[in-house]
Amino acid sequence: MISSTVQQQDEAQRPPTPRAPRPGTRLRKALLGRDTAIIALLVIVWLVASRSVQNFDSPQTVYYLLLDVFPVLLIALPMTMVIVTGEIDLSVASMMGLSSVVVGVLHEHGVGISLAIVVALIIGLAGGALNGFLVTAVGLPSLAVTVGTLALYRGLAVGLLGTTAITGFPEQWRDLVSDRLFGRGTAVPGIILMFVALAVIFAVVLHFTTVGRAIYAMGLNTEASIFSGISVGRVKFWLFVVTGLVSSLAGIYWTLRYDSARGDNATGLELSVVAAVLVGGVSIFGGRGALPGVIAGVLVIGTLRGALRLADVSSDVINVATGVLLVLSVLVPAAGSALRHRRRRPTVRTASF
Amino acid sequence: MTFLPSLNSVNPRRAFAGIGVVALLGLGVTACSSDSATGSGGDSGSSGDYSIAFLPKNLGNPYFETSDQAAKKAVEEFGGEFKEVGPSEATADGQVSYINTLTQQGVNAIVLSANDVNALCDALKEAQDADIKVITFDSDVDPSCRDAYVSASSTDLIAQSQVDLVAQQIGEAGEVAILSASANATNQNAWIESMKSYAAQKYPNIQIVDTVYGDDDDQTSFDKTEALLSTHPNLKGIISPTTVGIAAAARYLSTSQYKGNVALTGLGTPNDMRQYVKDGTVTSFALWNPADLGILASYAAKAMIDEDITGEEGDSFAAEGLSSNETDFEVGDDGVITLGKPFVFSADNIDQFDF
Repeated sequence: MISSTVQQQDEAQRPPTPRAPRPGTRLRKALLGRDTAIIALLVIVWLVASRSVQNFDSPQTVYYLLLDVFPVLLIALPMTMVIVTGEIDLSVASMMGLSSVVVGVLHEHGVGISLAIVVALIIGLAGGALNGFLVTAVGLPSLAVTVGTLALYRGLAVGLLGTTAITGFPEQWRDLVSDRLFGRGTAVPGIILMFVALAVIFAVVLHFTTVGRAIYAMGLNTEASIFSGISVGRVKFWLFVVTGLVSSLAGIYWTLRYDSARGDNATGLELSVVAAVLVGGVSIFGGRGALPGVIAGVLVIGTLRGALRLADVSSDVINVATGVLLVLSVLVPAAGSALRHRRRRPTVRTASF
Repeated sequence: MTFLPSLNSVNPRRAFAGIGVVALLGLGVTACSSDSATGSGGDSGSSGDYSIAFLPKNLGNPYFETSDQAAKKAVEEFGGEFKEVGPSEATADGQVSYINTLTQQGVNAIVLSANDVNALCDALKEAQDADIKVITFDSDVDPSCRDAYVSASSTDLIAQSQVDLVAQQIGEAGEVAILSASANATNQNAWIESMKSYAAQKYPNIQIVDTVYGDDDDQTSFDKTEALLSTHPNLKGIISPTTVGIAAAARYLSTSQYKGNVALTGLGTPNDMRQYVKDGTVTSFALWNPADLGILASYAAKAMIDEDITGEEGDSFAAEGLSSNETDFEVGDDGVITLGKPFVFSADNIDQFDF
């Protein structure tokens, strides 16, 4: 344990020194390690499912899979950054519900859909800013803050609409989220372009900019990064704001895809997002992980669930399988590093004697 | 920390090989089981067979277990292939994933109880485009995205059966009160209206003297029952057309001086009411029988796959094995198929039900 802390501090202090690694080093390193493993797992699951599960190997599978995991994919982008800094945001699914209800209520009162979407996005910004303010300015732990706002935002959503659902959103907006990119029967929904664009932006920020390196540094050692001149509070604040914004975007998607604004929309989705981020190789203690692995992690869980569903496996067993995957994905690298640590210890001892 | 010593005693390379083997075995097992499961499913996709999938609101719900088990029996009796799939939580998005999956599998019919009126519509329309018959039961979706809806009962039949039950129990004469849910519950008010007009017409000696509202809250319903009995000393019977209300009223009556003297009936579930039927507080009460609902939905699916019916008003088809022994059914307005009068539970049959 002691030697690893020392190592962490070393890494954290590295960015501001002249010997700072070239941009993208961490990405390249990650691609050779954990991320490769999770991408390989995705390929294996896909190949096994294509061979053994009837009806799996079709464009429809890809289409439904992408539509189903789309909100998780979206929120996983900022969530990765938040978790890498050592924080967490559990209010994302409640924010989806709130933004869904806001769009619904405004639509019902005759407000144009584009204005309703803008208002919902602003509420996402505000909700994220509240989380960020409580965590960074007041200094409360993010787990406690976002468990609180999880209840708060969900309560507002259900309070605004009760148990009713608002439907009848304009056809052209609904088609926008479900239309296929290359015409009828093809695999790729057009909406995925929005995710690709966002993923590129997030990946560039996290893996190729000083802000990205600061995010890793504060996850490894907050104090060291403060002494290195990183404004930890400001970066974390904006990460929470972005998370709120993206969550409300996901809530708008949800509303349009299901043509249904309800207070209980997306209940429990925060756990799917966190699970996918962890399966994707991000450490819950911060400082480790990369976006390619996270995206593969989301897709692995989605593919596994889809394949098992097509194979007529019951939903309880599917949940068990997803849970086992999550535990293994945390356990295997932990056991691996424990073993490596053990093997290394004798040399450390001889050196210190 | 405690697992580390045991890992230490194992050769690390062997340990990882072990994990790998277990993982591969896991994949192999799912692969094999899926082969056998979908292998037969694919065959039934061809003409002449009935592959019918039931999609309840959620799995592990005793109400739907009852209807799906009865449906399984019915489907297998007419030579079809039955399967039950569904999410573990009663959510619309969970059901959408399953509708998409069933569409890909190419089943002949999907029979579902919907978690949302509109959210399932796009997925159901895609299923219909793929030539899959869509039938709802228990809980409907928008009529434009299903072929037929199997309804448990109708407003008038529900109201009439409860009035008939209370009339039998009090000898067709005396004061009766109603313990409802909330004052603005649409279905409750429709039933109460219908009860009043039916009672006035059929049982002139029965007076409905009061309607009170327990708000579907156990304690409120309990208190309202107590108040009813003290304000109306000549009360002979109580009708509570809500499962929460009837259970609370039964709990009050069972320990009061009125037990056995004041009749109680209404809509309740066998599991809530079992002890009060056994201790003599309640003679009989009504609710639709979920088993019958499952059976009728199965036969509706079969008739639709056979293209005997399309869901047009006036279409007729036959069903077998219902507890009412009725066999002929007709599709009504908006593709609604009505099961019939609610099922009456009493000491004679209550132990056959678990929901």
